Amino acid sequence: MTVIAELKGVTKTFDAITALDDIDLRIHKGEILALLGPNGSGKTTLLRILALIQKPTKGEIYLNNVKVTDKNIEQKRLETTLVFQRTLLLSTTVYNNIAYGLKIRKTPKTKIDKEIAKVLKLVRLEGFEKRQAKKLSGGEQQRVALARALILNTELLLLDEPTANLDPKNASVIEEIIATINREFKTTIVMATHNMFQAKNLPDRIALITDGKISEVGTPTKIFGSLSKTLASFAAVENTFAGTADITENGTTLVDIGNSVQIEATVQSNGKVAVFISPEDIIVSRRRFESSARNAFKGRIVEISDLGSVVRLRIDVGKIFTVQITKRSFNEMGLNLDTEVFLAFKASSVQII
Amino acid sequence: MNEILEGVIKAFQLIFSGDPRVFEVTLRALLISGIATVIAIFIGVPIAMFIALKNFPGKVLAKGFFNTFIGVPTVGLGLILFIIFSRAGPLGFFGLLYTPTAIILGEAILIIPIVVSLTTTAIEAVDPDIMNQAKTLGASESQASITVLQEALSGIFLAGIASFNRAIAELGVAQMVGGNIEHWTDVLTTTIALETQKGNFALSIALAIILITIVFAITITVNIFQRRRK
Repeated sequence: MTVIAELKGVTKTFDAITALDDIDLRIHKGEILALLGPNGSGKTTLLRILALIQKPTKGEIYLNNVKVTDKNIEQKRLETTLVFQRTLLLSTTVYNNIAYGLKIRKTPKTKIDKEIAKVLKLVRLEGFEKRQAKKLSGGEQQRVALARALILNTELLLLDEPTANLDPKNASVIEEIIATINREFKTTIVMATHNMFQAKNLPDRIALITDGKISEVGTPTKIFGSLSKTLASFAAVENTFAGTADITENGTTLVDIGNSVQIEATVQSNGKVAVFISPEDIIVSRRRFESSARNAFKGRIVEISDLGSVVRLRIDVGKIFTVQITKRSFNEMGLNLDTEVFLAFKASSVQII
Repeated sequence: MNEILEGVIKAFQLIFSGDPRVFEVTLRALLISGIATVIAIFIGVPIAMFIALKNFPGKVLAKGFFNTFIGVPTVGLGLILFIIFSRAGPLGFFGLLYTPTAIILGEAILIIPIVVSLTTTAIEAVDPDIMNQAKTLGASESQASITVLQEALSGIFLAGIASFNRAIAELGVAQMVGGNIEHWTDVLTTTIALETQKGNFALSIALAIILITIVFAITITVNIFQRRRK
C-alpha cells in the first residue's frame, strides 16, 4: 500500500500543555482515515500539522515520501489542504472564495470558471457564484468552504469535524460528498470526528486519539468489533456501561450495570467489566414482544436526534441507551419524546471489554 | 454682526465665482495632505501589519507608542521639525524648510501614528485563522498577509480618511515648516489664520467653509461606504 503521508514521532506542546505526544501515523493513498476522539484530544492539532500550517515541536512529517522542511514547506503545502471546523470565508463572493487557491496557483480564468461550475454542482450550490459568501446559511457556508478545498484537487484532503456544527440534512449532504470524492477522484481523506456513526460508516480506517496519543489504528469493524479500552473510556461513546459480571448457570454472563439494569451476554466474564452494545443492534418497539433476544427493557424516550436518513434515540431504562433506527421506522411508529418503548437486543450483541 | 454677515456673503461669492486664490490654496492643501496621507499609508500599513501579525517582545510598547503619538500637539511637532529642517539643523543641508515638501513630510509624520493604530486594530479584528486558511489553500506567507489585509480593508480605508482629515485640518506643522509663503506654501489652515489676523474675514470664512465641507464630505462618504460593506 502506498503511503501518502507519514508522521514520525510528532510532538506538539503549547507552553505547558502537550497537545500531541509522540505520534506515529501512516496515511495510505486513497483511504478515508477518521481521527476519532473526544474534544480536546489533539485531533485538530494533528490535522493542522498535516496541513503544514502548524509546526510540530518535535518529529518529522513526510508527504509523498519527501520530508517537509522549512525550505520546501510552502511547496509541500500545495499537496494538501484543510477544511477548518469553523467556516472561515473571505468577505467577498462565493466565486472569489472558491477561486482563491486556483488564483494562487495561477490557473487561467476560463479554467477557473469551468472548475467552479463543476465544484458548485458537486456541493449542490449551483448558481451561487455571485452571492456574498458570508450571507449564506451555516450549512451553505460549510459547503462553500468544502468546495474551496475540493477545487484544488489535492491528493490529501483534511477535514476537521466537517459536520459538527450542521443540521442533519446538511451533515448528510457533506457525508455524501466526502464519500463521492473519495470514490470517484480517489482523494485521500483524513477527517477528525467525535461522531461515532460517522466514524463507523465513512472511513476505511480509524485512529483513536485520547490525550494527544494514538492508542489504536484499525478498520471500523476491528475498532468497534473488539471494542478497545480507549474507545470505552470516551465520554462520547454511547452504550458503554461499567458493571459487575457473574457467570450464570446457563453459561452466559449477567452484568449488573446499576439502577437494577442487568445485561446478559454470551461471552463469559467475571468481576468488574465494561460492556458495549452498538446502537444499531438494539430493536425498539412500542409493545412488549416475544423474541429470542435475551435482553429486554422498558423505558422512555428522552432525546431524539434527526441524523438524516436515520434517527438516534436516547432511551432511559434506568440507564440511558442510545438506539439508531431508520427515519422510516421512526415515522411509522409515531415516536415522540417521553413515548414509552421497549428495547431488545441479543446476548451475543453485548461486547464485554 | 453686519461685518460677519457681509463676510459670509462675500465668502460665498468668492467660492462660487471661482476666485483664483481660493482655488489655488484649496488645491494646494488637498495635494499636500493627499500626498502626506499616501506616504503615511505606505509607511504605516507595513508597520501595522508587523505589529498586528507578529509576536515580538515590546509589542504592547510599540502599540502604546503609536497610540500616544496620535495626540501629539501639532505646534510641538512643527517646532521639532523646524529645528531639524532649519539651516543649522541635522537635515538643514536639504534646504527643505519653507517648502511644500517640508509640510508633506511633517504631516506624514504627524499622521503615521493614526494610520498605524487604526490599521493595527483593523488587522487584529480579522480572524487570526484567516492567515492559516489562506496558507492551507496554497498561499505563501506574503500572499496570506495580503489576504488578511484585504479582509481589513474597510478599517484601513477608515485609517486613511481619518489621517487625511487630520492632515488637511492641522495648522501647527504647516505654519512652522511651511511658513505660509503666498503661492508656494500657503494652505487652507495657514491662510485662514493669516487672513483673519489681517481682518480679511471674507476670504477666511470662504476657506473655512471649504475646509469644513471637505472634512464633512469625506466623513459622510466613509460612513456610507462602511454601511454598504456591512
